[in-house]
Amino acid sequence: MTLLAHRTRPLWIAALVHRLSGLALAVFLPFHFLALGLAISGEAQLESFLRWSEQPLVKMSEAVLLGVLAIHMLGGLRLLALENLAWREGQARLALLAVVAAMAVAFAFLASVF
Amino acid sequence: MAGMLTVSLWRGGTEGRYVDYDVPMRETQTVLDIVTWVQRNCDATLSYRFACRVGMCGSCAMTVNGRPRWTCRTHVSKVVSRGRLTIGPLENLPVIKDLAADMRPFFEKWQQAKGRFAPSKTRSDPIERIAPDSAARVAADAAIECINCGVCYSACDTVRWNGDYLGPAALNRAWTLLNDVRDAGNVERLAAVATDGGCHACHSHQSCQEHCPLALNPTASIAGLKRRTAQAYLRGEIKP
Ligand code: HEM
Ligand code: SF4
Ligand code: SF4
Ligand code: FES
Repeated sequence: MTLLAHRTRPLWIAALVHRLSGLALAVFLPFHFLALGLAISGEAQLESFLRWSEQPLVKMSEAVLLGVLAIHMLGGLRLLALENLAWREGQARLALLAVVAAMAVAFAFLASVF
Repeated sequence: MAGMLTVSLWRGGTEGRYVDYDVPMRETQTVLDIVTWVQRNCDATLSYRFACRVGMCGSCAMTVNGRPRWTCRTHVSKVVSRGRLTIGPLENLPVIKDLAADMRPFFEKWQQAKGRFAPSKTRSDPIERIAPDSAARVAADAAIECINCGVCYSACDTVRWNGDYLGPAALNRAWTLLNDVRDAGNVERLAAVATDGGCHACHSHQSCQEHCPLALNPTASIAGLKRRTAQAYLRGEIKP
């Protein structure tokens, strides 16, 4: 069977990215709350957690997570606008713009922590 | 005339396989011409469907090199890839035989979406005048030219993953009637398209729009249904 051609279209890929980023967020959210939990449960624990989060690898993954959140949020806002406002052409370009903006956010974060 | 083309056609029902045929290449030739050539010259038992050959009837849609298309209006030169064409029945529908998909689920969903006009007047009433530039008529006109070909239905992955999903064409049809001021069935229609497999199942991929041969935009029609069903729900006109 040949590859179904609609699965190579930019907006189909945008939907795939949206789903994967949503799932990734759902998986990582508990860890985020764990960190917050540690922060309020005691200073010593928070100290050691913060030291742990100083590691480059941890900073990198934080940047990735932030990028994933940004792409999911911007992509989600694009869909909400498409469904609730007057129709607007050029959705593929908007989706691309969302990816670029999300990467910019992630890189800006990286630049600020290193 | 420029040599031969290798054409793989789906043979059999759901269980089947692609069979290769060599078909002479012509200067201008549609994908439907190719299928017809095979049936006339290679195997008369090849099953497929067409009627008008001019893009009016919507019966000739097939999957051509992985993409659903109206074959009577698709030129071979535009879609041939490395001297090959692979032609199968439409996706997301049962296969009857060879290139003929069973369209019944597709049309049953038009009925489920209340895609039938519900008259508000009788024949003795005067004919209703409708301003062509009224907002409702403009919205209906933008979506009305559907030829029921099933191309969008075949390109929609939500149809593929959710057997209850009414699909782009039926919902697009419901949208045109919702914007027809003569129609009296809109409360039932809104309720019908707000159910589980209705407009809210659509993920706005726009695959339907990208593939529709008439360049219609079912995604926009469905977005309209999403808004109108939400409003009707908030006003208490339809129940969850
Ligand atoms: C930051 C603001 C957010 C916005 C604007 C947003 C927006 C959206 C929208 C509009 C959808 C529906 C997409 C569709 O119809 O296909 C969606 C789906 C989803 N979201 Fe979010 N979301 C946000 C945050 C999150 C977070 C924090 C999580 C993680 C828990 C998340 C997880 C998901 C998942 C798993 C889906 C389902 C994806 C799918 O069915 O394809 N979202 N989001
Ligand atoms: S926009 Fe909606 S109807 Fe169109 S392909 Fe996507 S899910 Fe299907
Ligand atoms: S909306 Fe377009 S693709 Fe879908 S059935 Fe109608 S004409 Fe065919
Ligand atoms: S044969 Fe009628 S649309 Fe192609």
